[in-house]
Amino acid sequence: MQALRNFLDSIEPAFKKNKFLHTVYDGFDTFLFAPKETTQGPGVHIRDGIDLKRTMVLVVLALQACLLFGMWNVGHQHYTALGLYPGLGEALFTKFSYGLLQMLPIIIVTHLVGLGIEFFFAAQKGHPIEEGFLVSAMLIPLIMPPDIPLWILSLAIAFAVIIAKEAFGGTGMNILNIALTARVFIFFAYPTEISGDTCWVAYDYNFLHKLFGMEGGTLQALGMAAVPEGGWISRVVDGFSGATPLGLAAKGGWDAVANATLPNGTAQYSLSNMFFGIIPGSIGETSKPAILIGLGMLIMSGIASWRIMLSMLAGAVVTGLLFNVIGGNAFMAVPFYYHLIIGSFLFAMVYMATDPVTAAQTQTGKLIYGFMIGVIGMIVRVLNPAYPEGWMLAILFLNVFAPTIDYFIYQRNIQRRLKRA
Amino acid sequence: MGKTIKLKKGFNINIMGKPQKTLANDFTARTFAIKPTDFKGIAPIPKMLVQVGEEVKAGTPLFFDKKNPDIKYVAPVSGEIAEIKRGEKRAIIEVIILADNNIQFRPIEKVAINQIGREELVQHMMSNGCWPFLTQRPYGIIADPQEVPKAIFISGFDTSPLAPDYNFAVVGQKEYLQTGIDVLSILSGGKVHLSLNGNTQNPSELTSLSKVDIHSVSGPHPAGNVGVQIHHIDPINKGDIVWTIRLQDVIALGRVYKDGQYNTERFISLGGPPVKNAQHFKTYIGASIENMVKNNLKDDHVRYIDGSVLSGTKMEPTGHLGFYENQISVIEEGDKHEMFGWIWSSYPRPSASKAFFSSLFGGKNQEFNVNTNTHGEKRALVVTGQYEKVVPMDLHPMQLIKSIMFGDLDQMEGLGIYEVLEEDLALCEFVCTSKNPVQKVLRDGLDMMREQG
Repeated sequence: MQALRNFLDSIEPAFKKNKFLHTVYDGFDTFLFAPKETTQGPGVHIRDGIDLKRTMVLVVLALQACLLFGMWNVGHQHYTALGLYPGLGEALFTKFSYGLLQMLPIIIVTHLVGLGIEFFFAAQKGHPIEEGFLVSAMLIPLIMPPDIPLWILSLAIAFAVIIAKEAFGGTGMNILNIALTARVFIFFAYPTEISGDTCWVAYDYNFLHKLFGMEGGTLQALGMAAVPEGGWISRVVDGFSGATPLGLAAKGGWDAVANATLPNGTAQYSLSNMFFGIIPGSIGETSKPAILIGLGMLIMSGIASWRIMLSMLAGAVVTGLLFNVIGGNAFMAVPFYYHLIIGSFLFAMVYMATDPVTAAQTQTGKLIYGFMIGVIGMIVRVLNPAYPEGWMLAILFLNVFAPTIDYFIYQRNIQRRLKRA
Repeated sequence: MGKTIKLKKGFNINIMGKPQKTLANDFTARTFAIKPTDFKGIAPIPKMLVQVGEEVKAGTPLFFDKKNPDIKYVAPVSGEIAEIKRGEKRAIIEVIILADNNIQFRPIEKVAINQIGREELVQHMMSNGCWPFLTQRPYGIIADPQEVPKAIFISGFDTSPLAPDYNFAVVGQKEYLQTGIDVLSILSGGKVHLSLNGNTQNPSELTSLSKVDIHSVSGPHPAGNVGVQIHHIDPINKGDIVWTIRLQDVIALGRVYKDGQYNTERFISLGGPPVKNAQHFKTYIGASIENMVKNNLKDDHVRYIDGSVLSGTKMEPTGHLGFYENQISVIEEGDKHEMFGWIWSSYPRPSASKAFFSSLFGGKNQEFNVNTNTHGEKRALVVTGQYEKVVPMDLHPMQLIKSIMFGDLDQMEGLGIYEVLEEDLALCEFVCTSKNPVQKVLRDGLDMMREQG
């Protein structure tokens, strides 16, 4: 350990000559060793053990259950679509490997593009690298469809990091949630890649799959000689649809969801399938238990605001109940508690709405902010025919309003102070 | 009748080496010093009234501020002026006195406080050295003798880490305390308020005082901060002026008017993990800490702090106690790298967050060995709600700090900058995930407001 320290100290002068290289050096140095910096005063002489690195990394750790489950589910949906290994316990390793190899390029590209831009801006400003993007870089792959083209992903990340973050001054200064900005960019610029019935399952094999012979394995298992002409998507077994419950519900009301079946005849969107997340969807947001593990970690460590989560839940439940009472159509009549396990509600609540930079900052503001997200997200989801899912738009919308909510809270405090004089 | 105030917000940093309720035997400091830098609001080069080599008595004026020549700053002990230390731009930073073995007091003209008017009393206090005991809020400056404060506040306890125990220090001082309070009640345009710790049994020396409103305040640090108490008792609004005085200075004030002697004898605490024998010391204002710490430390790579670990000042092992300080803290220097320290902490450390196993499972009574390491680098403000949890006031500390950063005077005023001093937001700085210099920013803001008048 001391040898490594000495080595790092000895190579620092070489990196100091170039601004960009020194930023990179500093990033890795502070990753390996917490700095020996001490308090200088005036001010406190001791500091809390917590820092931004630990905070951000705890969020990344809280996402790991979603990531691991997502990898398996990507594989499971893939093979289900091709009519292979329908059992949940079947071919665990194959399914997981497929998902892992499908996701590796997505994760790597996200980090390369995002961190590359971050490093560049940090070097330009002469700042150390801020850890904020570590969380964004974990969130972005999890909210993408599993077969997102990498070039579109790169564009979206560049857009989000440059326009939504660096243009506003970098970490801590952004108005909009970075991960959601990346997603909304794709949503509006390349809508076919992130909406509809075919994007939620990965059908094809990428170069990594081929490298590890996974495509060959599938050909063998299916007794085929060559990849079908229309791509693997043309080989999907009868009776399989990659449509998400919300996609179905928006088109055909709730009946369409209830009637959806898997090739083996069982219900595709049974309550348990939706709860455990064995359904097509964005990579990391299908499994509710995995998200609940993260929720537990974030609440226990006090990193995410329970106020936002609770009030968002309340907003969604109240609106859901209201729809139930009105009951204008089949979708509105869907029991409110279904809304909590379909789509990305839970993931958005735990990881997106709670982003402290873009949420309201006051304790009361957080309650209003969360509640409004719950209400607006449900309205978009149920009443708006154009967008099947509402949380991304609701959160971005409230991101914009969060400073206004806080403004009124501060104003109230100022008025109270004036009044008591 | 006083109020009962129960505070929930705040945080107690549980540090090893708490000062025991014992008094060191045979402790004497050889030198004493008055530091003009301790008095906020006076010019850096005061007018000196003594020279090196001159003999002084306790109570002999040493210097005054040219803007307020009537307010005298006096010697705490008798002896010989050993050195007048100068710092940058010839600013006077320390007037050091080599103390006599037996302290002699300069006789102070006796006045019957119930017979003289307020004006006369103010003049008397300015000339006899008692005036600097009074601090004025907003801004935390020496009280302005032209003003009549709407109230005077005294905190009867200290909740900061490793704080001295005032209940121990006031034993037998009842008469002086009462005389001090009598003087303050003449000075105050309204009431005199004394807050006592609602978590402990308080001695009769404090509970039986008259001419003062006695309040009970309980809760974690900063419940003992007078700023927090003012906020809940009679808050400072725009244009208001209040004065504060430390409890042991009330005793000293009482001695001046009862005995006619400028006798600042008081209890000072010494604490911290490296201290072998953490306890209280009986001495006077400005005592050298040399004999307190000599042969009393387990380690020598340490930092000596004049005051608390949250808002004290770094000092030398031969340095002198500050005018307004009642404690000396000693902690390890933390200038060491820690491999993967941000995720794998190699030793337990205090944290107000729940992001450490020790803070989740360590239990309330776990004591920590602390050091000066920053445990991370400065970052942009990301985490919210953290400052608010440690400030038991109806105040938005994060937004207040931000409004200072972007220099919005109206918002600073509206959000309550008049109600706080550095010590009141010190915990915000401690808990800050992004390691921002909250107290320095606040002082910048206070200076900005003061310049605008």
